[in-house]
Amino acid sequence: MKAFVRHQGLVAPLDRANVDTDQIIPKQFLKSIQRTGFGPNLFDEWRYLDVGEPGRDNSKRPLNPDFVLNQARYQGASVLLARENFGCGSSREHAPWALEEYGFRVLIAPSYADIFYNNCFKNGLLPIVLSDGEVDELFRQAAASEGYRLTVDLAGQTVVRPDGGVYRFEVDAFRKHCLLEGLDEIGLTLAHGDQIRAFEARHRAAHPWLFGAGGSVTDERGMA
Amino acid sequence: MAGKTLYDKLWESHLVRQNDDGSALLYIDRHLLHEVTSPQAFEGLRLAGREPWRIDANLATPDHNVPTTSVERRGGIAAIADEVSRIQVQTLDDNCARYGILQFGMHDARQGIVHVIGPEQGATLPGMTVVCGDSHTSTHGAFGALAHGIGTSEVEHVLATQCLIAQKMKNLQVRVEGELAPGVTAKDIALAVIGTIGTAGGTGYALEFAGSAIRALSMEGRMTLCNMAIEAGARVGLIAVDTKTIEYVKGRLFAPRGAQWELAVANWRQLHSDPDAVFDKVVELRAGDIKPQVSWGTSPEMVVAVDARVPDPAVESDPTKRDSIERALKYMGLAANQAITDIRLDRIFIGSCTNSRIEDLRAAAAVAKGRKVAASVKQALVVPGSGPVKAQAEQEGLDKIFIEAGFEWREPGCSMCLAMNADRLEAGEHCASTSNRNFEGRQGAGGRTHLVSPAMAAAAAVCGHFVDVRELLGREEVA
Repeated sequence: MKAFVRHQGLVAPLDRANVDTDQIIPKQFLKSIQRTGFGPNLFDEWRYLDVGEPGRDNSKRPLNPDFVLNQARYQGASVLLARENFGCGSSREHAPWALEEYGFRVLIAPSYADIFYNNCFKNGLLPIVLSDGEVDELFRQAAASEGYRLTVDLAGQTVVRPDGGVYRFEVDAFRKHCLLEGLDEIGLTLAHGDQIRAFEARHRAAHPWLFGAGGSVTDERGMA
Repeated sequence: MAGKTLYDKLWESHLVRQNDDGSALLYIDRHLLHEVTSPQAFEGLRLAGREPWRIDANLATPDHNVPTTSVERRGGIAAIADEVSRIQVQTLDDNCARYGILQFGMHDARQGIVHVIGPEQGATLPGMTVVCGDSHTSTHGAFGALAHGIGTSEVEHVLATQCLIAQKMKNLQVRVEGELAPGVTAKDIALAVIGTIGTAGGTGYALEFAGSAIRALSMEGRMTLCNMAIEAGARVGLIAVDTKTIEYVKGRLFAPRGAQWELAVANWRQLHSDPDAVFDKVVELRAGDIKPQVSWGTSPEMVVAVDARVPDPAVESDPTKRDSIERALKYMGLAANQAITDIRLDRIFIGSCTNSRIEDLRAAAAVAKGRKVAASVKQALVVPGSGPVKAQAEQEGLDKIFIEAGFEWREPGCSMCLAMNADRLEAGEHCASTSNRNFEGRQGAGGRTHLVSPAMAAAAAVCGHFVDVRELLGREEVA
C-alpha cells in the first residue's frame, strides 16, 4: 500500500452533498480489468460536456467550464473539500483509484459512506472528517483566496490552515498505522495464519455444515 | 448484563482475533464474486505470488455486463458485442478456471444476479458471514447472515486469507409494526425508511429490521428490504431467523442435509436479537402509514408517496439541502409542487438485485395481465434475476402475460439497473425502475430514474404516468 505521512496541497471545493460513486467514476469505465487509467474519467459526467466511453481520447473532449475542477485556479489541486456523505453508493474501489490517479491525496468532508471511506485507506488516500462548522469555514476560506493550500499531518492528526488555524481530526489507530507505514494488509493478516487455522478448526467443529455439504461450493456438489 | 443483538452474535461467532487498537480479524464463510470488482483482486494475488486460502468458500457468476437479449446470449462470451465487457466476463471465466472456483457461467442455467443466486442455491445460509465486491451484499442479511459489500482490495484480502480486517459497527434497529395496506410492498418500506432516516442515516451501523410487518414479509420481501439497507448508509442489513427463513433454505442445492440439517437448524434458531438487547439507535415506523413510494430526485432519500407532490426548494431552510433539491429538480426536469402522478414515463425497468425475484415478477404480472403498455412508453423491460427465476416465471406463464402486454422478456442479469450492458436510458428519459439507485446517470448518461415497487412500475407502464397501483386493482388482486 502507498504510504501517507504529510501533505501540503492546493484545495478544490466541491460544494455538493451526497456525491455518489456513480458520479465519481461512472459505470462504463468499470469494465476495465486494470487498476489504473481512471483519472481522466473522474467526475466524467460533470467534467465533460459529452458522454464519455472507455477507450476515447479524453484530451479531445469538450470540458464543462462550470465544473469546479476545470477552473484555472484549481488546476493541480490535491486536497478535495466536500460535503456530507461523500462516496455513497456502490462499493467500487475504482472511485478512490480515480481520485488518487487524478492527483488527490486528501479528502475533507463532514462524513463519508462506510465502504468508500474504507476503500480510500487501501489506496494511500486520506479521508479526513471535520465538523460541519470546520468544513464550512474551509469552504469560505478556499473561495476567498486563490491558491488556498492546506497542510495535513497524519502522525499529528492535524489540518493546518494558511492563517495558522489548526483542526485536529480522528482516525482509528490501525488504519493510521497502515497508512503511515504503507503496509501490506494481506501480509499482516497472513502473519496470523496459525490463528486463522485454529479458528477455522473450532468453527468447523461447532458449525460443520459450513464446511461439509453446505459450506463447500464445488463442482461435484454444484453439478449434483 | 444486557442481551446481545443479532449483529453482536454474528460478530462474536466469527471473531478470529481482536487487536488492542480496536481492529479485528473476522472469518468469512462465503465469498461471492462477479466480473466487475474481481479482476484486479485476482491480478494482485498473482503479482504477490499468493494462492486462495479456501477455494470452496467462493462462488462466482457474471451479472453486471452480460447481455440480456437471447440473440446475444446464445453465442456465449464470444458473442458479447461490447469488447470491453467481453474481456471482463472472459477474465472472470479464466480466473475461476485457473483457481478451480465454482462459477455459474453465462451458459449455466443457474446464472443470475449474484445476490439472487446465493440465496436461491442455498449458498447463503443463516449465521454465515457473506461478503462480495458489491454494496448490495446487504441483501443476504435477510437470512440472519452478516453480509456486506467490500472493495476490490478486500476481495483480494478475503481470497488470500479468508478473513477481513474489520471494526465493529454500532447497532441500529428499524421497527416496522402493524400491517401493510394491500398493494404496499417491501420496496415501499425500504423507500419509506430511507426517506425517513436519509441516505446517511445508517452510516456506521448494522441495521436490523424488526417488528410485525417485517415478520409478515416473505423471504423475497426481506431480501428487497435488506438489499436497500446500503441506500440508508448501512453496509449491513439484518433480519432475525424464523420458520420462514428455515423453510426457504430447506432442500436448496447447497443447504445442509440429514443430521447436519438438524444441527444447523438448532443453531439458526438462536439467530435473533435477545429481548433485552440494547441498540444504539431505534427508529419506528407504522406499517399502516406507508403508501406506495416514488422517488422524484437523484438520491434514494428524495422520495414521497405516490399521492404527494414534488417538493418545493423555496420552503427548505437548510442551504445545502435547498441546493440539492434545486439541482435534483433541474436534472430530473421536474417542477416544484408538480404532482407525482403527472410524471410521464419513457421506459420501464423491472429487474435488479432489489426486485427481480419470482414474487416481484408475479406482482408486476398481476398488474400487466390483460392490459397494454401505454403507447407513449418506448420500452418496458422485464429482466428476471436468475435462470431459475426465469424458468419458474415461464412455468407460471408470466412471460406470456408480459409479452402480450407489450413488455420485453429478457435473460437474467443486472441490466438497466446500472446500464453496464446495452440496456440503458437516453438523456432526458424518465424511467420507472424497480432498482435501487436514482443517482445522476445511473441508468444511462442524462437518464432520469424513479424508484418504485414492481407493481408500481407495471402500473406506470400501462398508464404512461405514475398512478397508485391500488386504483388499478381490486382489493382481492392486490392482497
